[in-house]
Order: sequence, then structure tokens, then C-alpha cells
Amino acid sequence: MGRAVAIIGMGQTKHGRRYDVTYPDLVREGVQAAFEDASLTPADIDGVVFGTMPSMMEGVAMTHFYFADALRAVGKPMMKTETCGTTGMSLAITGYYWVASGLADIVLVVGSEKMHEGDSQATMSTVLEPFYLRPFLAGAPGVFSMLAQSWMERYDIPEDKGREAAGKISVDHHKDAFDNPYAHIKKDLSMEDVTNGKVITYPYRLWDICPNSDGTCAVIFASEEKAKKLCARPAWVKGVGFCGDEYWYGDSDKVAWECAIDTAKQAYKQAGITNPLKELDVAEVYNPFTYVELIHYECFGFCEPGKAAEATLKGTFSRGGELPCDPSGGVLCTNPIGATALVRVAEAAMQVAGKAGDHQIDGAKTALAHGLGGVSQFNGMMILGSSL
Amino acid sequence: MGKHFSTFRHDVWLPYKFAVGQVFKAFYDGLKEEKILGNQCQSCGKIFVPPRSFCPDCNVDMGDYTEVSQEGEIVTWTLAKEAFFGSPLDPPFITALIRLDGVSCDLLHLVGGFDLSDVTGVRQRIKKNRRVRAVWNDEKQGHLLDIKYFEPL
Amino acid sequence: MITFEKGGNPIIEAEARVPYELAMGPNWYRFFEGFKEEKIFGTRCNKCNRVLVPARGFCPRCFVDMNEWVEVSNEGVIISWVLTDYEYFGMPTKPPFVTAVIRLDGSDCGFMHLIGGVDLSDLNQVREIITRGTRVKAVWQKEKTGCIQDIEYFKPLSIP
Repeated sequence: MGRAVAIIGMGQTKHGRRYDVTYPDLVREGVQAAFEDASLTPADIDGVVFGTMPSMMEGVAMTHFYFADALRAVGKPMMKTETCGTTGMSLAITGYYWVASGLADIVLVVGSEKMHEGDSQATMSTVLEPFYLRPFLAGAPGVFSMLAQSWMERYDIPEDKGREAAGKISVDHHKDAFDNPYAHIKKDLSMEDVTNGKVITYPYRLWDICPNSDGTCAVIFASEEKAKKLCARPAWVKGVGFCGDEYWYGDSDKVAWECAIDTAKQAYKQAGITNPLKELDVAEVYNPFTYVELIHYECFGFCEPGKAAEATLKGTFSRGGELPCDPSGGVLCTNPIGATALVRVAEAAMQVAGKAGDHQIDGAKTALAHGLGGVSQFNGMMILGSSL
Repeated sequence: MGKHFSTFRHDVWLPYKFAVGQVFKAFYDGLKEEKILGNQCQSCGKIFVPPRSFCPDCNVDMGDYTEVSQEGEIVTWTLAKEAFFGSPLDPPFITALIRLDGVSCDLLHLVGGFDLSDVTGVRQRIKKNRRVRAVWNDEKQGHLLDIKYFEPL
Repeated sequence: MITFEKGGNPIIEAEARVPYELAMGPNWYRFFEGFKEEKIFGTRCNKCNRVLVPARGFCPRCFVDMNEWVEVSNEGVIISWVLTDYEYFGMPTKPPFVTAVIRLDGSDCGFMHLIGGVDLSDLNQVREIITRGTRVKAVWQKEKTGCIQDIEYFKPLSIP
């Protein structure tokens, strides 16, 4: 697996509607926050990894050029990676590989997005090729709604039960976000607010869907030697997984979703996890949509296939439950796409390092971070632990 | 070349709302008053045009604008003769890097005010005098093109 | 040039319009020529034996060339579906509309297209008609140009 690697610092911007600053300044805000958290300076960094949604999102191509100053990357080696929603996870894994390989000791990893500057769904639709898919899929909500329908029909889950479970996820997470100073949308919703909300792409209603957010997340990865010297409580990388499907949506089954299941298998194997429900203390599951979170609970082995609605309604995945999921409020409350999966990594690291403040899960030792991307095509995962 | 099958024409058309930020706003407001504003890093002393929110070398925050000279020297230039789809400018035009007096970096802008139709003529003109001065449009939009071009003295 | 967004911050509004001319290549070309004759083609992989629609040059799982073109049915069953009821800039299909993944008879994967001929005004009524397993059949445009919209939509057989 290469050398041992840990996360020794993380920073986030106040995510939301950030017309107050230009995009490079927003990137710099996240980067400065990470340096402050780690008590490091740009001079300490050996290399920089950067990524974002397809550049068309903000109308400036190849944004790693644009942000060279803000990333303090001038004069340093830099790598760029973009994998749509899994970007943040690809970034984290790239940073991890760089240090694990022994070719760098300290790497700065940054993801960002400024979604208010573009039309997110119009841009997202360019991920679809124009010969066949583009006229039919109404952006991300359109794609992921079909997963929800398939899942309920596959396991004979009554519409009402699926609706209620998804509703609980929305109510819980929007409330959890009040304890996260960086979160974008914080709301005290009732179940009726969610289940009677405006239909966007049936069965998804307004509160089943993540917001467009502006934000940056920066994470610093370090070798074992540096981590032990520079950081009181490093978050150790215990396992990673990454996997993708064929391009065309109709080519694979998205319910017993093979690439999600295989991603988890890879990460669990490296981390030595055989019973995720018991061995994980907290999971930051990538959840831009409520129903998709339910599907992932099953794919990651948190419950039996077809049983996610039941387990959710029992409270298994709520803050006080057996495996708290997304205590930060998750993607459902905050989604600056290029940063979002990296935010999951940062949040997982914060949990095992005891730095999650008001949304800390007490005694968390092992945390899962997950990313999801493309026209539901990619899954990525990183497992962090408080001890080597 | 392989067999040519048909092609499929497809346009991507996307809308944007760029956040301008306070620093560019100040710069654009200055242009409306025929002022070219820059700012100076308190750490290294360099002066940048357009002004910056942070020094790219020192990483310190920067504010406080200063008016700079409207005259300077052409560092390098190119004559553009071809348009591309959606070009904001119609050729022929000259893009140049201009070092305004007292400034620590080069400004990218246009050089003009003389016959651009023949490149030999253009080269001679610029060779004769690389010093230029800003020429302003009467109508201002609060945009860098409020400066029509920099004209060789 | 500068306008102000509702929070009072200065912004610049702009549009980028970029033209593309994509090569269709032999497979899309042949597939869409089939559309002109109201035929839907798939290709069979001689390793895994699956028939994939749209027809394509290679099997994405076995990674071998696919040269056997097979006509699949114009009819099939709905695997999953979504009713879209919001709009974004430049949306090619105007809402409300229903997209579905359809398993055409004779094929081994899902084919994406629209479901039409259904009154979309009452969601409960829609759910009665459109569901996993609903049988649908292609309804073609009168004039074909060789593109995916030569099929206007797939109509549930339950609708006269």
C-alpha cells in the first residue's frame, strides 16, 4: 500500500452564495484556512493537487492556471484532476498516492466551485454526449431520480415508506447543519415540508435535492515522519477505493450498484473492515439527494439490500444512532461540487482528530468518506482512522 | 484520411454571472474617470496593474489604490489578422504587453491609432517608437476597453 | 457592464456560445440511418453474447469489437423513469416531460428516451400508467433527419 500517510490540516470556506469575492479569492480563503489549521506555510508544501467541476461551470477553462497564485503553487509541481462529483475524492486519493509513493512529504490538496457564477444544470448537461443522452436527462436531479424509482420497485418498497425514509434524511440533515459553521443551508423542516415540497424531477421534491454552493476545501496530506512531528492528532489514511461504470446510463444496474459495492470492498479490504456497521464510528456519505443516500447504505453493507428505509426510520443512521451518517449535514446542505467530496474527507478527518466541534461524534476512531460522480458513473471512498 | 461519415453540429450555450469583487470594481470605476489604478504590496513594494487583492509573490492582502502613469513602453506585441467564432474584437488588431511607467508588471492591451493593414508598416511604426500613451473612448462602460488603445507617441 | 446581484455585490453577466461539429463515425451513422427506416439497431458481443443498444463499435465490458448488427424491437418495457418539472437555460426538451430507461425486446441493456402520449397534469394518474414493467412502443416523427429525436417518444401500449 505504500508509506503510511495522514491528514494533518484542513480548511473550508464559509460555503454558500459568495458573490462578495472573486473566484481566486474564494480559493485562497480555503487554502489559508488549511495553513492556519496545520500551522504550516506555503514553503512547507512539496506539491499541489487541484480540481473542480468541468471548467465550463464558471466559464473559465483550466482553472488550475487561474488559481496558481491563490494556491501558492507558483514554482511547485501541480496535478489537476476532474471527475465531476467524485472530484474531491480523486483529489484526496491523488494527494495520498503522491505522499504514499515517497515522492513528496507534504502535499496540499484543494477543491473548489463557484456555482452561482454559472448555470449548474445547463453545464452539467454537457457531461452527456449530444448524439443520444443530452436531450433526455434534466441535469443531475433527472439522473438520480431514476435510481430512486428503480430501487423502490426492485425491493417492493411502498412509495410511502421510501418517501418517509427520504423525508427523515432531509429533516435530520438540514437540522444537523446548524451545528456546522461552514454549512450552506440550515433549516428546521417538518416532514410535511419535505413530502409536500414542489416536484422537481419526480420522485424528488425541493428538499430532497442539494443546493448550488460556492466554496473551497483544502486538505494537507503528510508522510508518517512529518505527521508525527507536525501534528498532535493526525487522521491516518487506512484504505481507499475507486471504481466506475460504463458511460451509458442504461448499460449497468444502478440499484445493486456494482461500482459502489466494489469501491467499498476495495476500501474495507485495505482498512481491514469486515463489519462496517460495527467498525465504523461515523460515515460521511456523498448525498446530494436523499434517496441516493439510502441506496448507498445498502451498497456499503450498512444494512441488508432493500432494508435501508427500515433502518433509517429506526434511527440507525441518525446522530444518536449506531452509525451516524453525515453529521455535518452532508452534501444535501452544502454542495460546491469540486470541493464537496473533499469536504467529506475533511469532515471524516475532523471526526477522528476530535476537531468537529459541535457536530463531533464522541470517541470517533474510524470514519468513512465517500464521493459520487458523473451521470451516476463513479464512486470513490477513503477510510480514516485515529491510529496507525 | 479515413472515410468521412456525416457530422453533427451542436452548440454549447451557457450563461454566467461573474463576481467582480471589490478590487476589480475599484479598477473599473477608475477607468470611467480616465484613471488607471494599481496598488502596491507593503511587503515587497511591487506595484500591480490591474490592482490585486493579494500580492502574488508575498501572499499578503493588498488594498489602497494608487493612480499610475498612462504612458509606458511596448514590451512585446502581435498583430492579429484572423477572427474566431465569437471574437470580441474584429481583426486586424494589435495585442501587446505594455509596461506602464512605475509599474512592476506588464498590462495586456491593444496598440493602435495607425494603419494596421500591412504588417511591414506596423513593424516599422513600432520599431520607430515603442513608447505609447492611452487613448480613451468618449463613452465609458467601466471596462478595460474604455481605453480604446495605446498609441505610439 | 457591471450589474448588481440581489445581495448588492457587483457582477458581470455574460454568455458563452461555443460551436461544435462532431464526427458521427461509422456506428452512429449506421444507427441513425436505421432510424430513417424506423429500425432500432443493437450490436451483439460474440464474447458475452449481449445485444447492446444503441449499436456500438465495441463491448464496454469485454473490450472486443462488435460487428454483428441486430435489429431489436420497437417495443419494450420500462425499467425506470423520471418526471422532470423544472427548467434550466437552453434545455433541449421543455418541461414537463418523462424520461425512461427502456429494455427493448431483443436487447440486453437499457435504452433511454422519452415517454409520451400521456397527460402529465396529474401526478397520481401518471403513476398509474407509467411504472416499471409498463410496455411501450416507439412513435416516430413523419420526417426523419437521422438523429435520436426521429423517435418522438415511446407510448404506453395501454393508451389507445
